[in-house]
Amino acid sequence: MRKRRDALKNPEQELRVFRNRSLLAAALVVLMSGALVARLVYLQVVQHEVYTTRSEDNRVRVEPLPPTRGLIYDRTGRLVAENRPTYNLTIVPERVDDLDATLELLVDILDLPPEKAEIFHERAYQRQRPYQPALLMSELDERQIARLAVNRYRLPGVEVEAQLLRYYPDPKIMSHVLGYVGRINAEELRALDGGEYAGTHFIGKTGVEKQYESVLHGKAGLRQVEANARGRVVKEIGRTDPVPGKDIVLTIDERLQQLAYDLLDGRRGAIVAIQPKTGDILAMASSPGFDSNLFVTGISRKDYRALRNDLDLPLYNRAARGQYPPASTVKPYMALAGLANEVISPDKTIFDPGYYKLPGFDRRYHNWLRWGHGRVDMRRAIEVSNDTYFYRLAHELGIDRLSAFMHRFGFGEDTSYDVYGASKGLMPSREWKRERKGQVWFPGETLSVGIGQGYWLATPLQMATALSVLANRGKWVTPHLAKRIGDEPVKPPPAKPDIELDDKWWDLVRDAMGRVMSGSEGTARRVGAGLEYRMAGKSGTAQVFTLDNDERYNADELENRLHDHALFTAFAPIDDPQIAVAVVVENAGGGSSHAAPLARAITDAWLLPDDNALDKAAAEIRERGTHATP
Amino acid sequence: MRLRDSALLHYPRNARVKRRVTLWTRIHLDPWLCAFLLLLLGGGLVVLYSASGQRLSVVEAQAMRLGVALTAMVVVAQFSPKTLCRWSPVAYGAGLLMLIAVELMGDIGMGAQRWLVIPGVIRFQPSELMKVAMPMMIAAYLHRRALPPSLPDLLVCAVIIAVPVLLIARQPDLGTSLLVAASGVFVVLLAGISWRIVAVLGALAGSALPLLWMNMHDYQRQRVLTFLNPESDPLGSGWNIIQSTTAIGSGGIFGKGWTMGTQSQLEFLPERHTDFIVAVLGEELGLIGMLAFLTLYLLIVGRGLVMANQAHDTFGRLVGGSLILTFFIYVFVNIGMVSGILPIVGVPLPLVSYGGTSSVTLLTGFGILMAIHGHRRLLPR
Repeated sequence: MRKRRDALKNPEQELRVFRNRSLLAAALVVLMSGALVARLVYLQVVQHEVYTTRSEDNRVRVEPLPPTRGLIYDRTGRLVAENRPTYNLTIVPERVDDLDATLELLVDILDLPPEKAEIFHERAYQRQRPYQPALLMSELDERQIARLAVNRYRLPGVEVEAQLLRYYPDPKIMSHVLGYVGRINAEELRALDGGEYAGTHFIGKTGVEKQYESVLHGKAGLRQVEANARGRVVKEIGRTDPVPGKDIVLTIDERLQQLAYDLLDGRRGAIVAIQPKTGDILAMASSPGFDSNLFVTGISRKDYRALRNDLDLPLYNRAARGQYPPASTVKPYMALAGLANEVISPDKTIFDPGYYKLPGFDRRYHNWLRWGHGRVDMRRAIEVSNDTYFYRLAHELGIDRLSAFMHRFGFGEDTSYDVYGASKGLMPSREWKRERKGQVWFPGETLSVGIGQGYWLATPLQMATALSVLANRGKWVTPHLAKRIGDEPVKPPPAKPDIELDDKWWDLVRDAMGRVMSGSEGTARRVGAGLEYRMAGKSGTAQVFTLDNDERYNADELENRLHDHALFTAFAPIDDPQIAVAVVVENAGGGSSHAAPLARAITDAWLLPDDNALDKAAAEIRERGTHATP
Repeated sequence: MRLRDSALLHYPRNARVKRRVTLWTRIHLDPWLCAFLLLLLGGGLVVLYSASGQRLSVVEAQAMRLGVALTAMVVVAQFSPKTLCRWSPVAYGAGLLMLIAVELMGDIGMGAQRWLVIPGVIRFQPSELMKVAMPMMIAAYLHRRALPPSLPDLLVCAVIIAVPVLLIARQPDLGTSLLVAASGVFVVLLAGISWRIVAVLGALAGSALPLLWMNMHDYQRQRVLTFLNPESDPLGSGWNIIQSTTAIGSGGIFGKGWTMGTQSQLEFLPERHTDFIVAVLGEELGLIGMLAFLTLYLLIVGRGLVMANQAHDTFGRLVGGSLILTFFIYVFVNIGMVSGILPIVGVPLPLVSYGGTSSVTLLTGFGILMAIHGHRRLLPR
C-alpha cells in the first residue's frame, strides 16, 4: 500500500483503471444477459411444449386438499368436538359468465329469500386467489342438492362440495371451554398463511378451538389436476395427502362439567374445579351457556342479536373472564400474608366490638355480625369469617406488602397456560391507583381490600388457582385445559415460583378452613354436616354495590341484580387434596348458604365412589343422544 | 476544492474531442440514449396496456408519471457535474435523515414501513432518493482522493454504504437495500479497489450469510426457501414462480399474441402489471419480444458505459458507471426472479413495470448521466 500523504492523483492511471474495470463490467453484463437468454430459451423453446400443455389445452390446476380438523375429547375419552359430513355450495366467479344472473338463479333454485343474492355476491370474492372456489352456503339439505344436480347444466362454475363440518354434541355446557369455529372472515384471511388455509373455510374463533388452532388445523395437502376449458376436472396428475390436525384430550371431565352446569341451574355464575397436584382444570362451567353450533355455519343476525341482547350475557365466559370481588374467600391468604410478613402471631387474640376504627379516625368499618365476635384469634377469625380481625391485619400489613403477597398467589395476573382470553383480574396497589385514577391510596381502602372488596377483582379461575396453590402448600402448578395433544402429554411449567412458608402455618390455615366446614362456629357447618372426608372451605359474600356508612343491607328491598354475589372456595380431602373448587353465583346472596352446597356437591361427586352424581350426569349426556359413537 | 481539484486540471488529453455544437449539446442531452429510452418507455406502455387487463386508465396514469419523470431527467441534465458533486453530501444527508424519520414514524404500507408522508402533500419513499444519492456521495468522496482508494478511504466508504442500507433493510425492503448497496459498491469497484481486498471481503461476506439468514423476516426466508424449491409451497409463495414460468414458457418463440395470453389475462399471474410484467411480455410476445426488450436494455447500458468513459473527471466517471450498472442489476434481478433463476425480491422491471417512484428515480439517474456527459466541453475552461 502506498503512503497516503504523498499519494497524488494520477488522472492517466485512474482513467486506465476505470477503462479496464468498465470493460470487465461490460463483459459481465454480456455474460449475465447470456444467462437470462439461456434461461428464456430453455423455458420458451426447449420446455415450450410442457408449459403449453400446462397453460393452454388443459389448464393444470393445483387444488388444495384441506386437512381434517383434529377432534377434541374430554379426559375420559368422550368426544366433545367432532366433524360431520355436510354439503357446501361453492362458486368460482371466473368461470361464471354473468355472476349476478347466476346468483339470482341459485337463490331461485334453492328457494331462498331474495336478499341472499347480495350476501352471496359478497361471499363470492372472499378467498385468497383467483380460480379458488368461494363458499356460498353450507349444510345443503337433500332437496337442495337434488335441485342443484338437475340444474347443473345452467350453472357453470358452481359446485356442490362435500366437507366435514365441526359439530359440538354438548354445546351448552362446553360452549365456553371449547369456543367454536366459524367462517374465516376478511380480516383473518389477510393474516393467514395462504397455502395452509387454501381449502379451508373455517377457523377457531374462541376457546380451545382458537387457542389450539395451529395444532387442530393440520397441514394442507394438494392435488394437481387437469381441467378442461370449462373448469371441470379431467384427471388427477399428482397428489400430496393432507396431514390431519392433531386430536386434543382435555383435562375437563365432561361429567363433572355437566354436573357443575346443572348445579348452576341456569343462574348467572361459574364453577371452576382444578386438580391441585397437576393443574388439570376438571370443570370450567359458565352459566348460562349458548349453542356454539349456531356459530359454525354462520349465525343468523336474529339469533346473534338475541344472544347479544340477553341480559344474562350467555356469550360471556364468566369462569375465565368474569371479574368479581373475591370477598371473604381471600381471608386464608390474608392470614398467610400476615404470617409471612411477621406482622401477627397466630395465637394473638384481638377483641372485636363489631367494628374496626383506623387509629385517629372516627369512621367505623363494620364486621358482618353487627355485635361482634368478641375475642378472636387467627383460627377463629377464619372460621367465623370475622371482618374486624382482617381489617386490622390489612392495616398493619399495608397495601404494598398485601398486594405483593397476593400476586404470589396469582391474583392480578393471568397464570393459566392455555385458557383463551383469561382475564388478569385486578390486584390494586398504590402505583395502580396513581396511574389509573390519578389519586393517592387511602388507608381506608386497604381495609376494604383486606376483606376482598374494594378494587380487588378476581376471576373464578384465579380463585380456584390460588386455592390449588394453598392446597399444595405453596407449590405452584399451572392451570391448563389440554391434557394431551396428539400423543404428547401437555406438561406446562409452573406459572410462578413456589411460595415457601413454614409448614405449621400452612397447617394452621388449612385447619381453620376445615373448621369452616365442620367447626362448631364454621360459617358453612350446615353444608359440611355429614362429610365423609375432611373438606376445607371458605365462604365469601361479595357486595355488588356499596352501602353508606351505618346503612343496613336488606335483601328484600333490592333489585335482584343488586343482590350480593355468593362465593365459595373449597378443596378436599385436606390431607391429600384431589380437587379445588371455586363457585360464584351472581346475586344469589350469602356464600355459605348459596354457593357452598354447590361446592360440596362437586367434591362429593369427585371423591365418593358411591355418590352417583357423575353417573347421572353421564346418563344425561348420553340421553341427549347427539354423540356419534366414539 | 477549486485548485486542489486535480482531476479538473489533469483531465486526460485523449478525452478532448472536437465536437460540433448541436441542439443536443446545447440542452445537454444525449440523442442516442434518449432514443433508446423513449423506445423502451413506449414499448413498456404497450405491454402495460395488456398486463393491466386492457385498462386504458392505468396506461394513462403511467404515461403521466413517465412525463413527470422525463421532465425531471431533462431538468437534472442541465446541472453541471461540479454542482452535482457539491450537492452530493446534501442529497445523501437529506436521504439519511428521511430514512431515520421513516424508521421513527413512517407509514406502514403492505406490511412494510417505507413511506414518509406529509399529509395532503406527498407520500415519499426516501430509499428511492438513496438510489441516486448513494453513488453520488461515494463518488464525491473518492473524487478528491488518490485512486485506487486507500484502506482508510475504503472504511469511510463502507460506513457511507452500510448505514442507509441497514436502515432500508430494516423497513423491511431487502430488494431496495441490495440495489442501494450495489450502487455504492459499484463506485468503489470502478474506482479501482484492489482485487485482493475484494477477494477478502467476498470471503467475509460469504461467512456472514448465516448471520443474514438469522436476521431475515419470516416472509423473506420463505421466499428464499421457495426459490430453492418452488414445488415445496405451490399454493403459497411458490405459486408466483410456477405461474410466471408457465406463462413465459407457454409463450414460445413468437408468443400467444398481444392481449391473448391466457395465463396473464385469466389472472393466474399475480402482480402481473407490476413486478411480474415480464411474464406477460414473455407469454404474449414470446422469445422475440423478450429479446427485443433485452436488446433495448443492453443498448441503454452500453451507451451509458460509453458515456461514463467519456466523462472528464473522476466524479462523473464513477457516478455514471455506477448508475448504469445498477440499472442493469435491476433488469437482471427482475427478469431473473420472474423466470425462476433468482429468489423473489420486490424489484420492478425498470421503466416498464407500473409505478411512478422508481421511474422518476431511474430517469433522474439518466439525467445525471447526461449532465456529466453533456457538460464535458465546459470543463477545461
